[in-house]
Amino acid sequence: MAVQTVASSTDSTVDLGPAAALSCRECGHRVPLGPFFACEECFGPLEIAYDFSAYDTEELRRRIEAGPASIWRYAPLLPVPADVAGKPNLNPGWTRLVQADRLARELGVDAGKLFVKDDSGNPTHSFKDRVVAQALEAARAFGFTTLSCSSTGNLAGAVGAAAARAGLRSCVFIPHDLEQGKVVMAAVYGGELVGIEGNYDDVNRFCSELIGDPAGEGWGFVNVNLRPYYAEGSKTLAYEICEQLGWELPDQIVVPVASGSQLTKVDKGLQELIGLGLVEDKPYKIFGAQAEGCSPVSTAFKAGHDVVRPQKPDTIAKSLAIGNPADGPYVLDIARRTGGAVEDVTDEQVVDAIKLLARTEGIFAETAGGVTVGVTRKLVEAGALDPAKTTVVLNTGDGLKTLDAVAGTGLTATIRPTLDSFREAGL
Amino acid sequence: MSVTVRIPTILRTYTGGRAEVSAEGATLGEVISDLEKNHTGIAARVLDDQGKLRRFVNVYVNDDDVRFEQGLETVTPDGAGVSIIPAVAGG
Repeated sequence: MAVQTVASSTDSTVDLGPAAALSCRECGHRVPLGPFFACEECFGPLEIAYDFSAYDTEELRRRIEAGPASIWRYAPLLPVPADVAGKPNLNPGWTRLVQADRLARELGVDAGKLFVKDDSGNPTHSFKDRVVAQALEAARAFGFTTLSCSSTGNLAGAVGAAAARAGLRSCVFIPHDLEQGKVVMAAVYGGELVGIEGNYDDVNRFCSELIGDPAGEGWGFVNVNLRPYYAEGSKTLAYEICEQLGWELPDQIVVPVASGSQLTKVDKGLQELIGLGLVEDKPYKIFGAQAEGCSPVSTAFKAGHDVVRPQKPDTIAKSLAIGNPADGPYVLDIARRTGGAVEDVTDEQVVDAIKLLARTEGIFAETAGGVTVGVTRKLVEAGALDPAKTTVVLNTGDGLKTLDAVAGTGLTATIRPTLDSFREAGL
Repeated sequence: MSVTVRIPTILRTYTGGRAEVSAEGATLGEVISDLEKNHTGIAARVLDDQGKLRRFVNVYVNDDDVRFEQGLETVTPDGAGVSIIPAVAGG
């Protein structure tokens, strides 16, 4: 896939850096930059088309390396104005890439070859800060005063925090039965938080209808009408991984799949780095990870289908519980194109993987991280993932948000404050 | 069978800007055919060249996603609400 470029911006009144237009991923129909997300010709997803033509590779590399320790070091490759780092936002990103040798030993991966990209270190403790930061700039550019979203939890917190920092109103919508930790972490920022009686797909449908209603006028829904901008934030995961590996592509990446947006944008980010000459081109494989209780994409992958049949989610991995994934078909395309796969694990395997990552690397992942680590183990065991190749596993959120998943974990013993009692306990 | 169809913003150029229109039909397929009679051009946006629902269109009859039902053969009872929604949201 070539880096998408156009000669010049079609809307000179909007300053979103190198973003030049919106282009339909399905049919190529092009429209000026605006708060649009679906193609008026075929309903396909609109994406950002960029003008990167002026960049000199080595000058760009120097500019990135001299940039801030946040996603804004990559501002020249994102739909944001050049002065974005000086505006009030959460400055997410540049999270740690952990060389995970103890985990590698447990999984049967060669020493020095396994890395965990730990995005729990973002300001609201999930990768969602990356995408919301892009949507916030688009909301500013288009004059929205309310920031909103449909969320499985993590996004609600990220939107609430970003709006608070930027001085915007927020009103976000979540399934009514989310984990308590995520509810509190979304509500604390002071915006409005609305529980919808239904699952995420119901919430998403409601938000899509609200956009077309006068009640939703002036609202920037980060993952609906600002989705083309929002989604670009996930490219920064790819940029950071490559830069942290010394400007090299990893051989294999394991990415969680909910809507599929993150996986498709990680691939887009890698392709852009190749196109810009910032990394040497070589084959890489992208693997998608789902929970068995919500596995529409892995089911389609295994069946050899190129369409994704929606499912009713039933899994503890609620941040991945999207039964009707918008970018599912693209995940299938990318997994097949790169020689990767899409695999799923049971809830029990998710919990085991959370504990495995915690006890081997000191990283407490939320359930989505348990899904990626669990799927990595399954892929290694099946021989689908090469243990001798550089592999990056994404942990996209903090385990403190999903404490219920590991609720059985607790005290080893309760003793009296005496040495005798300590010895009796066999410690 | 008369139903109410909610029209997404990107299709309102075909309905004179109206967010809701009435249509007739005992199944979703018939409802779309009736929509096309009164709002020419709308069917080609919702259906592909083979006459199937485009993959990035979600359609609900009342609260049910027609992909869980019978697709274009899904029954549309009198008074039902039909919603046409772009599928690319969320995540």
